[in-house]
Amino acid sequence: MQTPTRILGFLIASALFGAACGADDASNGTTDGDDIAGTTITVISHDSFAISTDALASFTADTGVEVQLLSSGDVGQMVSEAILTAGNPLADVMFGIDNTFLQRGLDANLFEPYESVHLDDVIDGLALDPDNRVTPIDFGDVCVNYWIDALPAPVPTTLEQLTAPEYEGQLVVQNPETSSPGLAFLLATIAGTEDWEQYWADLTANGVTVTAGWEDAYYGEFVAGGGERSLVVSYASSPPAEVVFADPPVDTPPTGVLLDSCFRQIEFAGVLAGTDHAAAAGAFIDFMLTPTFQNEVPLSMFVFPAIESAVLPSEFTDHARLADRPHLLDPAEIEANRDAWVDRWVEIVLG
Amino acid sequence: MRRPTSTIAAAGVVVLVPAAFIAVFFVFPVASILLRGLGGDGLSALADLATSPRQRGVLWFTVWQALVSTVLTLAVGLPAASVMARMGGRAQRVTRALVTVPFVLPTLVVAGAFEGVFDRFGLDAGAFRLRHTVWAILLAHVFFNYAVVVRTVGGYWAGLDRRLEDQARMLGASRRRTWWEVTLPRLRPAIASAAAIVFLFSFTSFGVVLILGGPRRATLETEIYRYAVTRSDFSTAAALALVQLVAVLALVAVATRLERLRPIHNRPGRVRRGALGARWVILNASVALVLLGTPIAVLVERSLVAGDGYGLANYRALATRVRQLPAPATIAIWNSVVFAIAATAMAVLVGTLASLVVVHGRRGLSRLFDLGLTLPLGTSAVTIGFGILIALDEPPLDLRTSWWIVPIAHALIGIPFVVRTMVPVLRSIDPRLREAAAILGATPSRVRREIDIPIGARGLVVGAGFAFAVSLGEFGATSFIPRRPENLTAPIALFRLLGTPGDLLRGQAMALAVVLMVTVAIVVMAIEMLRGSAEGGL
Repeated sequence: MQTPTRILGFLIASALFGAACGADDASNGTTDGDDIAGTTITVISHDSFAISTDALASFTADTGVEVQLLSSGDVGQMVSEAILTAGNPLADVMFGIDNTFLQRGLDANLFEPYESVHLDDVIDGLALDPDNRVTPIDFGDVCVNYWIDALPAPVPTTLEQLTAPEYEGQLVVQNPETSSPGLAFLLATIAGTEDWEQYWADLTANGVTVTAGWEDAYYGEFVAGGGERSLVVSYASSPPAEVVFADPPVDTPPTGVLLDSCFRQIEFAGVLAGTDHAAAAGAFIDFMLTPTFQNEVPLSMFVFPAIESAVLPSEFTDHARLADRPHLLDPAEIEANRDAWVDRWVEIVLG
Repeated sequence: MRRPTSTIAAAGVVVLVPAAFIAVFFVFPVASILLRGLGGDGLSALADLATSPRQRGVLWFTVWQALVSTVLTLAVGLPAASVMARMGGRAQRVTRALVTVPFVLPTLVVAGAFEGVFDRFGLDAGAFRLRHTVWAILLAHVFFNYAVVVRTVGGYWAGLDRRLEDQARMLGASRRRTWWEVTLPRLRPAIASAAAIVFLFSFTSFGVVLILGGPRRATLETEIYRYAVTRSDFSTAAALALVQLVAVLALVAVATRLERLRPIHNRPGRVRRGALGARWVILNASVALVLLGTPIAVLVERSLVAGDGYGLANYRALATRVRQLPAPATIAIWNSVVFAIAATAMAVLVGTLASLVVVHGRRGLSRLFDLGLTLPLGTSAVTIGFGILIALDEPPLDLRTSWWIVPIAHALIGIPFVVRTMVPVLRSIDPRLREAAAILGATPSRVRREIDIPIGARGLVVGAGFAFAVSLGEFGATSFIPRRPENLTAPIALFRLLGTPGDLLRGQAMALAVVLMVTVAIVVMAIEMLRGSAEGGL
């Protein structure tokens, strides 16, 4: 059935869209060895990826490699799409797969190993794949945030305190089934409490509110958008964003971060298996670890640079705090247990 | 009688263009992803679904909420359609354009506006809680679909020859009896059409269910997303998608059958505006104002908040790129308008040809087109998006990252609107009128030009307006297609702006939503004007 359909498709497509397709299909040819100048690579990322045109231009000036960007929903969607298109990938480089999805991507053999020349500059503990199939590019913490003026009790300092009566009805979390910070916070409680199932039973008894995604939690239920709850699962970088994008301008953020509640999310880039431009793709990963790109990362994506030598902007040095001891779980353990954990969470919290 | 070759060739084009479009961009991708998913453990996944009480509950809830949403929307929309049908030309055009506005609003923004309204009227807690209840889902579906009933039925109603009602009244029938026995039967094709669209829209609604329904509600659409996207479990997702497809096929078959029952013919022109009771007009205007006006007013108010007071700063900011976006929001609006024009053009071309096949084609072909061209509206954005990725991935059809794939996906959703609004109108053309024209010596193309097209235009403007609005506000399918940053659409930009904390970004997002509303109102009004001038020339 496939062949006739394809032939039919060919006839229609060439009639209707010949010109457009022709332009898109322009082949770049394959490259040999180090001669990468003149090639065009495609970099796919989730929708939160942002890079300045200046930075991209400097990469092209240095290497002769043109970059075509593609963005595709959230991490889960991007990884699912990469699994579906494995062997005939949409791009040469993937950016933005994080430690909660990493193992799924590795299990599906999405990446070719590439050891970046700048790997030694990376902060210790971020590189999770010994085979270098993925390279850490940035990291951030998912933590409980509080609205300073709306807290009904003193600022909480531990995860356990959130189950106390004085915070009853104050906490908003996201469903880990539909939200990436929601999943990260569930993982924080699994790594950070004695008995996570009991912990969530206590939170539920204490009136925790669940939303589908970050947007309806932060802007719907949390004080920030006119809601009534003073605690929300968000990012360690949310307070600096509250300063950068404040209206009217403010000197200090209205929110703070509960450092004991943080799960560390590390974002990686990898060369997609099946690429014809492995060398150029590797060069782009090298570029992502240079100060040109790394110094941009805080204010463009509100995450922290992965290299030691990056210079943080004042908004981050003044208003962002990272957990000294964030909660972490092994990607393989996450992938092996994730569905069961989430199913159990649904039973406990949503009944 | 020998038909000239050009007529046969024309007939071939009429059938082939819509058939090829749907085959390549819908049937092939959907079949590919279903076969891929069901090929592995799909059959056992299907068996698991059948025995899972949870999934049976999901299927039941999906159908139930869509049915109730449809009934409620008809209950609120039909009275308004009666008012609109009898308005004067300009007032009708303005009203028809204004009710389309909710179509372009992203669910996330509407959900926020609704929650703002709930909060203000104390409906967020207590006995009258709306937030995270099934009522919030139903209310939102009525909000989004009101326009479908008002425009589809109202447009059709306006074309009905009202002398029949006058005669019935003159013969002594009461107002109620006239409505039941004269008006309603004649409206049935348009009501069936509108109901089918509202049902399918509610059946596949995603954001409304997730955001307003709360974390405990699930529909087939949200379950397909959960398995395909969050769990990368393509077997279960494909099994669920198959269930969705079968359910939609069955329900569309029922709707098209209702639409076909006893066609009642109309003559063009000779439309007289009737007088309306003032109370009836005021009642319907109030419903529309509260239902559509309140959330929209909340949005407009939020878009004007700037600093400590009110102002236009959020609107001015749209022209400057923020770091979260690859381009300024104004570029995104421009892109969306261009995509919407391309999508509308494709939807109008394919939908019009398909409607001609449905109305004048042979029985089997007609049925097939009727069903096949409505299906995309009832198919999950995940199924279509992922299907395109794996099916259209090789030259000559490597369209995965082509500019065209976005308007094509939008057109798939727009086509059912065009077909469903045009078919009842075309079918209502009295065959005697066409026969009379033929006997008087008109060629088939002249019959088409002077009878089918002017009357069909009435349905076409309604359908084209919807196709444009659907494309301008489309988020789901667009987000499943990998996009180049320079092709950023306004709804995607809006979602990105709401993804980082800070009142500046939120204010810009609200301003962007308002610009989308104004854009759709202007464009739909312009489409209506086109028709107005076409009719004036008759």
